[in-house]
Amino acid sequence: MTLETVLVVAAALFSVGLYGAISQQVVVMVMMGLELMLNGVILAAAAFWWFLSPSPDGQVLLLVVITAMTVEMAMGFAVATLLHRARQSDMTDMATDLAR
Amino acid sequence: MLSGIVFWVLAVIAVATGVAVFRVDSMARATYALAASFIAVGLTLLLFDLQFLGVITVLMMVMEMAVMAIYMIMFMGMNPALMPMSMVHGKRPALVVSIGTFVVLAGGALLVDWPTRRGAPAADLVTSLGEAVMESKMLVMMTVSPVLFATIVAALVLALPRSRYDRMGADLRGRDLDRGAGR
Repeated sequence: MTLETVLVVAAALFSVGLYGAISQQVVVMVMMGLELMLNGVILAAAAFWWFLSPSPDGQVLLLVVITAMTVEMAMGFAVATLLHRARQSDMTDMATDLAR
Repeated sequence: MLSGIVFWVLAVIAVATGVAVFRVDSMARATYALAASFIAVGLTLLLFDLQFLGVITVLMMVMEMAVMAIYMIMFMGMNPALMPMSMVHGKRPALVVSIGTFVVLAGGALLVDWPTRRGAPAADLVTSLGEAVMESKMLVMMTVSPVLFATIVAALVLALPRSRYDRMGADLRGRDLDRGAGR
Protein backbone atom coordinates (compact mmCIF):
# COMPACT_ATOMS: atom_id res chain seq x y z
CA MET A 1 0.00 0.00 0.00
CA THR A 2 1.66 3.19 -1.21
CA LEU A 3 0.46 6.73 -1.82
CA GLU A 4 0.41 6.11 -5.58
CA THR A 5 -1.74 2.99 -5.39
CA VAL A 6 -4.26 4.62 -3.05
CA LEU A 7 -4.46 7.66 -5.34
CA VAL A 8 -5.09 5.42 -8.37
CA VAL A 9 -7.98 3.74 -6.52
CA ALA A 10 -9.30 7.18 -5.51
CA ALA A 11 -9.02 8.30 -9.17
CA ALA A 12 -11.02 5.25 -10.23
CA LEU A 13 -13.77 6.03 -7.71
CA PHE A 14 -13.84 9.69 -8.75
CA SER A 15 -14.03 8.80 -12.46
CA VAL A 16 -16.83 6.27 -11.98
CA GLY A 17 -18.75 8.90 -10.00
CA LEU A 18 -18.12 11.47 -12.73
CA TYR A 19 -19.55 9.07 -15.31
CA GLY A 20 -22.69 8.69 -13.22
CA ALA A 21 -23.06 12.40 -12.53
CA ILE A 22 -22.84 13.19 -16.26
CA SER A 23 -24.82 10.32 -17.72
CA GLN A 24 -27.69 9.66 -15.30
CA GLN A 25 -31.13 11.12 -15.90
CA VAL A 26 -32.70 10.64 -12.48
CA VAL A 27 -31.77 13.35 -9.97
CA VAL A 28 -31.17 10.88 -7.14
CA MET A 29 -28.85 8.84 -9.38
CA VAL A 30 -26.92 12.02 -10.23
CA MET A 31 -26.56 12.58 -6.48
CA MET A 32 -25.17 9.05 -6.22
CA GLY A 33 -22.52 9.97 -8.81
CA LEU A 34 -21.57 13.07 -6.81
CA GLU A 35 -21.37 11.00 -3.63
CA LEU A 36 -19.07 8.54 -5.34
CA MET A 37 -16.83 11.40 -6.48
CA LEU A 38 -16.65 12.65 -2.88
CA ASN A 39 -15.90 9.07 -1.82
CA GLY A 40 -12.78 9.23 -4.01
CA VAL A 41 -11.86 12.65 -2.61
CA ILE A 42 -12.11 11.31 0.96
CA LEU A 43 -9.83 8.38 0.11
CA ALA A 44 -7.29 10.61 -1.65
CA ALA A 45 -7.30 13.15 1.19
CA ALA A 46 -6.78 10.39 3.75
CA ALA A 47 -3.86 9.03 1.71
CA PHE A 48 -2.27 12.48 1.40
CA TRP A 49 -2.68 12.95 5.12
CA TRP A 50 -1.17 9.57 6.06
CA PHE A 51 1.71 9.44 3.58
CA LEU A 52 2.74 13.12 3.46
CA SER A 53 1.82 14.96 6.64
CA PRO A 54 -0.11 13.09 9.36
CA SER A 55 -0.90 16.13 11.49
CA PRO A 56 -4.29 16.84 13.15
CA ASP A 57 -4.96 19.62 10.58
CA GLY A 58 -5.46 17.03 7.84
CA GLN A 59 -8.04 15.16 9.92
CA VAL A 60 -9.98 18.41 10.36
CA LEU A 61 -9.93 18.92 6.58
CA LEU A 62 -11.34 15.41 6.11
CA LEU A 63 -14.05 16.23 8.63
CA VAL A 64 -14.98 19.26 6.52
CA VAL A 65 -15.16 17.13 3.35
CA ILE A 66 -17.48 14.66 5.09
CA THR A 67 -19.59 17.61 6.29
CA ALA A 68 -19.78 18.88 2.69
CA MET A 69 -21.07 15.45 1.69
CA THR A 70 -23.81 15.72 4.31
CA VAL A 71 -24.81 19.18 3.10
CA GLU A 72 -24.86 17.97 -0.51
CA MET A 73 -27.18 15.12 0.42
CA ALA A 74 -29.60 17.30 2.39
CA MET A 75 -29.83 20.00 -0.27
CA GLY A 76 -30.01 17.43 -3.05
CA PHE A 77 -33.00 15.73 -1.46
CA ALA A 78 -34.67 19.12 -0.92
CA VAL A 79 -34.14 20.10 -4.57
CA ALA A 80 -35.40 16.67 -5.69
CA THR A 81 -38.54 17.21 -3.59
CA LEU A 82 -39.08 20.68 -5.04
CA LEU A 83 -38.50 19.41 -8.57
CA HIS A 84 -40.99 16.60 -8.08
CA ARG A 85 -43.58 19.05 -6.78
CA ALA A 86 -43.02 21.59 -9.55
CA ARG A 87 -42.70 19.20 -12.49
CA GLN A 88 -44.08 15.88 -11.26
CA SER A 89 -40.80 14.41 -12.40
CA ASP A 90 -37.50 13.28 -11.00
CA MET A 91 -35.58 13.57 -14.27
CA THR A 92 -32.80 16.08 -14.89
CA ASP A 93 -33.94 16.64 -18.49
CA MET A 94 -37.06 18.38 -17.16
CA ALA A 95 -35.14 20.57 -14.75
CA THR A 96 -33.43 23.21 -16.84
CA ASP A 97 -35.02 25.65 -14.41
CA LEU A 98 -37.24 25.50 -11.36
CA ALA A 99 -39.64 28.31 -12.26
CA ARG A 100 -43.24 27.24 -12.01
CA MET B 1 1.85 -7.30 4.24
CA LEU B 2 -1.54 -8.08 5.76
CA SER B 3 -2.62 -4.45 5.56
CA GLY B 4 -1.62 -4.45 1.87
CA ILE B 5 -3.83 -7.45 1.15
CA VAL B 6 -6.71 -5.93 3.11
CA PHE B 7 -6.26 -2.65 1.22
CA TRP B 8 -6.43 -4.31 -2.19
CA VAL B 9 -9.48 -6.35 -1.23
CA LEU B 10 -11.24 -3.20 0.01
CA ALA B 11 -10.08 -1.24 -3.05
CA VAL B 12 -11.51 -3.83 -5.44
CA ILE B 13 -14.78 -3.91 -3.48
CA ALA B 14 -14.99 -0.08 -3.41
CA VAL B 15 -14.44 0.32 -7.16
CA ALA B 16 -16.47 -2.74 -8.21
CA THR B 17 -19.49 -1.71 -6.14
CA GLY B 18 -19.01 1.87 -7.39
CA VAL B 19 -19.27 0.61 -10.97
CA ALA B 20 -22.24 -1.57 -9.96
CA VAL B 21 -24.15 1.57 -8.88
CA PHE B 22 -24.60 2.48 -12.54
CA ARG B 23 -24.78 -1.07 -13.90
CA VAL B 24 -27.44 -2.80 -11.80
CA ASP B 25 -30.98 -2.59 -13.09
CA SER B 26 -32.79 -1.34 -10.02
CA MET B 27 -32.38 1.73 -7.86
CA ALA B 28 -32.50 -0.19 -4.59
CA ARG B 29 -29.60 -2.37 -5.68
CA ALA B 30 -27.74 0.76 -6.79
CA THR B 31 -28.27 2.23 -3.32
CA TYR B 32 -26.92 -0.87 -1.61
CA ALA B 33 -23.95 -0.95 -4.01
CA LEU B 34 -23.08 2.66 -3.14
CA ALA B 35 -23.39 1.87 0.57
CA ALA B 36 -20.98 -1.06 0.08
CA SER B 37 -18.51 1.24 -1.71
CA PHE B 38 -18.64 3.72 1.17
CA ILE B 39 -18.22 0.97 3.74
CA ALA B 40 -15.11 -0.26 1.88
CA VAL B 41 -13.64 3.25 1.85
CA GLY B 42 -14.57 3.75 5.52
CA LEU B 43 -12.75 0.53 6.41
CA THR B 44 -9.77 1.67 4.30
CA LEU B 45 -9.61 4.80 6.48
CA LEU B 46 -9.13 2.46 9.45
CA LEU B 47 -5.94 1.21 7.75
CA PHE B 48 -4.66 4.80 8.04
CA ASP B 49 -5.51 4.77 11.78
CA LEU B 50 -8.38 7.19 11.14
CA GLN B 51 -10.72 5.41 13.54
CA PHE B 52 -13.15 8.27 14.14
CA LEU B 53 -13.47 9.38 10.51
CA GLY B 54 -13.66 5.79 9.26
CA VAL B 55 -16.44 4.86 11.66
CA ILE B 56 -18.54 8.00 11.04
CA THR B 57 -18.13 7.50 7.28
CA VAL B 58 -19.54 3.97 7.54
CA LEU B 59 -22.36 4.90 9.94
CA MET B 60 -23.34 8.08 8.11
CA MET B 61 -23.35 6.57 4.63
CA VAL B 62 -25.34 3.47 5.61
CA MET B 63 -28.00 5.79 7.07
CA GLU B 64 -27.85 8.08 4.05
CA MET B 65 -28.35 5.21 1.64
CA ALA B 66 -31.37 4.08 3.65
CA VAL B 67 -32.85 7.58 3.26
CA MET B 68 -31.98 7.52 -0.45
CA ALA B 69 -33.85 4.24 -0.93
CA ILE B 70 -36.94 5.79 0.70
CA TYR B 71 -36.71 8.78 -1.64
CA MET B 72 -36.55 6.52 -4.64
CA ILE B 73 -39.66 4.63 -3.58
CA MET B 74 -41.44 7.95 -2.99
CA PHE B 75 -40.52 9.56 -6.29
CA MET B 76 -40.49 6.60 -8.62
CA GLY B 77 -43.92 5.40 -7.51
CA MET B 78 -42.96 1.77 -7.84
CA ASN B 79 -41.04 -0.92 -6.06
CA PRO B 80 -37.51 0.07 -6.99
CA ALA B 81 -36.11 -3.30 -6.03
CA LEU B 82 -38.09 -5.03 -8.75
CA MET B 83 -38.28 -2.62 -11.68
CA PRO B 84 -35.47 -2.76 -14.23
CA MET B 85 -34.15 0.62 -15.26
CA SER B 86 -31.72 2.21 -17.65
CA MET B 87 -32.13 5.95 -17.65
CA VAL B 88 -29.01 7.52 -19.10
CA HIS B 89 -28.30 10.22 -21.65
CA GLY B 90 -25.06 10.93 -23.46
CA LYS B 91 -23.59 7.61 -22.37
CA ARG B 92 -20.64 7.63 -24.78
CA PRO B 93 -19.43 11.22 -24.11
CA ALA B 94 -19.78 10.57 -20.37
CA LEU B 95 -17.69 7.42 -20.74
CA VAL B 96 -15.00 9.31 -22.70
CA VAL B 97 -14.87 12.14 -20.14
CA SER B 98 -14.68 9.78 -17.17
CA ILE B 99 -11.99 7.57 -18.74
CA GLY B 100 -10.01 10.68 -19.71
CA THR B 101 -10.32 11.98 -16.14
CA PHE B 102 -9.10 8.66 -14.76
CA VAL B 103 -6.09 8.63 -17.12
CA VAL B 104 -5.13 12.19 -16.14
CA LEU B 105 -5.59 11.63 -12.39
CA ALA B 106 -3.91 8.21 -12.31
CA GLY B 107 -1.09 9.48 -14.55
CA GLY B 108 -0.55 12.39 -12.17
CA ALA B 109 -0.60 10.09 -9.15
CA LEU B 110 2.01 7.78 -10.69
CA LEU B 111 4.26 10.36 -12.36
CA VAL B 112 4.46 13.09 -9.72
CA ASP B 113 7.52 12.86 -7.50
CA TRP B 114 5.74 12.97 -4.14
CA PRO B 115 7.68 14.30 -1.16
CA THR B 116 8.52 12.10 1.78
CA ARG B 117 6.43 12.18 4.91
CA ARG B 118 6.95 15.09 7.28
CA GLY B 119 6.14 14.50 10.91
CA ALA B 120 4.65 11.47 12.57
CA PRO B 121 1.05 10.67 13.48
CA ALA B 122 0.02 11.32 17.06
CA ALA B 123 -0.11 8.37 19.43
CA ASP B 124 -3.88 8.74 19.86
CA LEU B 125 -5.30 10.17 16.62
CA VAL B 126 -8.89 10.44 17.89
CA THR B 127 -7.76 12.51 20.86
CA SER B 128 -5.56 14.68 18.65
CA LEU B 129 -8.52 15.33 16.30
CA GLY B 130 -10.72 16.26 19.25
CA GLU B 131 -8.10 18.60 20.64
CA ALA B 132 -7.54 20.20 17.22
CA VAL B 133 -11.26 20.79 16.72
CA MET B 134 -11.74 22.23 20.20
CA GLU B 135 -8.54 24.24 20.34
CA SER B 136 -6.46 25.39 17.36
CA LYS B 137 -9.14 24.60 14.73
CA MET B 138 -12.10 25.85 16.72
CA LEU B 139 -12.88 28.32 13.92
CA VAL B 140 -13.58 25.37 11.61
CA MET B 141 -16.22 24.02 13.97
CA MET B 142 -17.64 27.52 14.45
CA THR B 143 -18.01 27.76 10.67
CA VAL B 144 -19.36 24.26 10.12
CA SER B 145 -22.08 24.63 12.76
CA PRO B 146 -23.94 27.59 11.18
CA VAL B 147 -23.45 26.01 7.74
CA LEU B 148 -25.23 22.87 8.93
CA PHE B 149 -27.97 24.96 10.54
CA ALA B 150 -28.37 27.00 7.35
CA THR B 151 -28.63 23.72 5.44
CA ILE B 152 -31.49 22.55 7.65
CA VAL B 153 -33.35 25.85 7.16
CA ALA B 154 -32.70 25.98 3.40
CA ALA B 155 -33.72 22.34 2.90
CA LEU B 156 -36.97 22.94 4.78
CA VAL B 157 -37.70 26.11 2.79
CA LEU B 158 -37.19 24.22 -0.47
CA ALA B 159 -39.12 21.13 0.59
CA LEU B 160 -42.13 22.90 2.13
CA PRO B 161 -45.08 22.93 -0.27
CA ARG B 162 -46.33 26.39 0.75
CA SER B 163 -44.65 28.82 3.05
CA ARG B 164 -46.49 31.51 5.02
CA TYR B 165 -45.42 33.99 2.34
CA ASP B 166 -47.26 31.90 -0.25
CA ARG B 167 -50.34 31.80 1.95
CA MET B 168 -50.41 35.39 3.21
CA GLY B 169 -48.44 37.45 0.72
CA ALA B 170 -45.07 39.16 0.88
CA ASP B 171 -46.06 41.40 3.81
CA LEU B 172 -47.77 38.56 5.72
CA ARG B 173 -50.94 40.66 6.02
CA GLY B 174 -53.12 38.79 3.58
CA ARG B 175 -55.77 36.17 4.22
CA ASP B 176 -54.33 32.84 5.37
CA LEU B 177 -55.47 30.63 2.53
CA ASP B 178 -54.93 27.42 4.47
CA ARG B 179 -56.84 28.48 7.59
CA GLY B 180 -59.43 30.59 5.91
CA ALA B 181 -58.82 33.37 8.41
CA GLY B 182 -57.13 36.75 8.03
CA ARG B 183 -54.37 37.94 10.22
